[in-house]
Amino acid sequence: MFRRVITTAAPRAILPRVAAARTLVAPNFVAKRGYHEKVLDHYSNPRNVGSMNKSDLDVGTGLVGAPACGDVMKLQIRVDSATNTISDVKFKTFGCGSAIASSSYLTELVRGMSLEDASRIKNTEIAKELCLPPVKLHCSMLAEDAIKSAIRDYQNKTKRVKQTMGEAL
Amino acid sequence: MPSPAIVARCAAQRLTAASSRSVLPSALRFSSRTPLRAAAICQSRHYVTPSAAQNATVDVENRKIETAEVLHQTGKNPADIDVGGMPHADAMMSPQAGILKQATIMDQGARPIYMDMQATTPTDPRVLDAMLPFYTGLYGNPHSRTHAYGWEAEKAVDKAREHIADLVGADPKEIIFTSGATESNNMSIKGVARFYKAKKKHIITSQTEHKCVLDSCRHLQEEGFEVTYLPVQNNGLIDLKQLEAAIRPDTSLVSIMTVNNEIGVIQPMEEIGRICKKHKVFFHTDAAQAVGKIPVDVNKWGVDLMSISGHKIYGPKGIGACFVRRRPRVRLEPIISGGGQERGLRSGTLAPPLVVGMGEACRIAKEELAYDHARVSALSKRLQDGLLAMEHTTLNGSPDHRYPGCVNISFAYVEGESLLMALKDIALSSGSACTSASLEPSYVLRALGSSDESAHSSIRFGIGRFTTEAEIDYVLKAVKERVNFLRELSPLWELVQEGVDLSTIEWTGH
Repeated sequence: MFRRVITTAAPRAILPRVAAARTLVAPNFVAKRGYHEKVLDHYSNPRNVGSMNKSDLDVGTGLVGAPACGDVMKLQIRVDSATNTISDVKFKTFGCGSAIASSSYLTELVRGMSLEDASRIKNTEIAKELCLPPVKLHCSMLAEDAIKSAIRDYQNKTKRVKQTMGEAL
Repeated sequence: MPSPAIVARCAAQRLTAASSRSVLPSALRFSSRTPLRAAAICQSRHYVTPSAAQNATVDVENRKIETAEVLHQTGKNPADIDVGGMPHADAMMSPQAGILKQATIMDQGARPIYMDMQATTPTDPRVLDAMLPFYTGLYGNPHSRTHAYGWEAEKAVDKAREHIADLVGADPKEIIFTSGATESNNMSIKGVARFYKAKKKHIITSQTEHKCVLDSCRHLQEEGFEVTYLPVQNNGLIDLKQLEAAIRPDTSLVSIMTVNNEIGVIQPMEEIGRICKKHKVFFHTDAAQAVGKIPVDVNKWGVDLMSISGHKIYGPKGIGACFVRRRPRVRLEPIISGGGQERGLRSGTLAPPLVVGMGEACRIAKEELAYDHARVSALSKRLQDGLLAMEHTTLNGSPDHRYPGCVNISFAYVEGESLLMALKDIALSSGSACTSASLEPSYVLRALGSSDESAHSSIRFGIGRFTTEAEIDYVLKAVKERVNFLRELSPLWELVQEGVDLSTIEWTGH
């Protein structure tokens, strides 16, 4: 116990020992970080990461935010046209931990939802679930924008298709 | 030669005696032994002893007896007795042993690797050794002229002043103790500006200064002064021609920092000093990040005022110093008035433990400057080479004129805060600690002309005296893994891989 105490010699002598003594293992330090557990969970294991072919007719893509603001969110939904529900959803996010968690949680939330229900999702729902602090509320607003933008993109796409099909007929 | 172990023990006993009334059993008062020992101490007590290995040792034999006594009286191990305010009773029996044990536990536990040396540095154990007697036995007020308690504290303070002056090439009389570099900066800038305000109303500084310099200047603007904020070039250095052009007949002060706290670039001090001398303008520099890390010489540089911080050089927090030149004399209006201590420039009783700690830190820094610099340079090169080998990474600030212990890297298409969160086992920062709570991108990087995107993607790595090679290797490995993870998650990275130019996209900002 006291041997460590006598480490007042020149640092050259201590350094190798300190190096050996230090455990270089990632500690479980997260709880004290000020983020809620759910944010950390979504952040370290993000659900539904990936991309879909954005030229597919049944895929709607929402790209919101701006790199200059430090947040960009891309959300893609695949819609089952028969039931008008979201059959698959993928996201990619550039942003802080809360932004990643918000989009990850959103993908879990909207999967299987009808487009109508999905467009009615409010940012407060996401913020409440993830216990976001006020300074991070914009992340949940961005997620709300993302799903709305994705739905709009899908609807525009199908509208265009119908129009062209109408002309062709 | 006094035995510091005895001094410490005397103090320990006093502490124990004081607290035992309420908490500890009376056995700890050592009523039979104390008078004898106290007498011996009063005879032998002297001024500060130099730090040495034996000073940190603990009287193991007596501790065993004490521990047994406590155990006998209370049935509890001293380490298990909670005494409130202190870690445990064990620490009260021998403060040095207890505190060092605590520090050892903290040092060895699985805590994050510390790579934020610009925010603060760990206290060197040798500094702590020098400080501890002043928290226990040597408690005199250094300004007391009427008794030995005051004299011994004053002598220690003067010695510390010498060490600091020695490190920066100044005269000890030119060193003024303050609470830290922030106070020194405030004192210098506001002090000089206000003293000469009758004739001179203009100040020059740069856009990449520390917040406390910029805020002091803004404060002066409200008082009616004019301030020129010099822009910096892409490499973070100021343009000397611009500086010279900005100097006016009514300019009283130029304040340019030596080493930048976020990007580590070293400004051309000698040239700036020469320009200031030529135009008879006072030159202040915030050298908090430079002193003890690169060779500093106030006379060679022609510096009139210099801010120094204690906790950036492995010393204690809460202490700093300000170099104020005597020949030619720099006059300032003091911010804190009172008893006229420190040449009347900064009244208030000095804190001898902190002052001695800072002095010792400076002494060590001077002794080991060359060694530390070589070591930090080697570690820095290893880190820099490893990180820049990754694609789409850039070093911020000049690659040549820099202090190697501060490496600021932009990882494109990864957001800085999420990377910090991913690197939770490494203590890092995306910029200065003062602004790490805000979501704004660093103003220093913005001043360099970096885009908001790259300012949002930057991380600062700080390397210091106690950083090891194994830590650097771990950091390299961790950063590579987590950056890749986050890039897989990043829509921007995907777009870039697809060959889309991000500037062509119309973003909907918030």
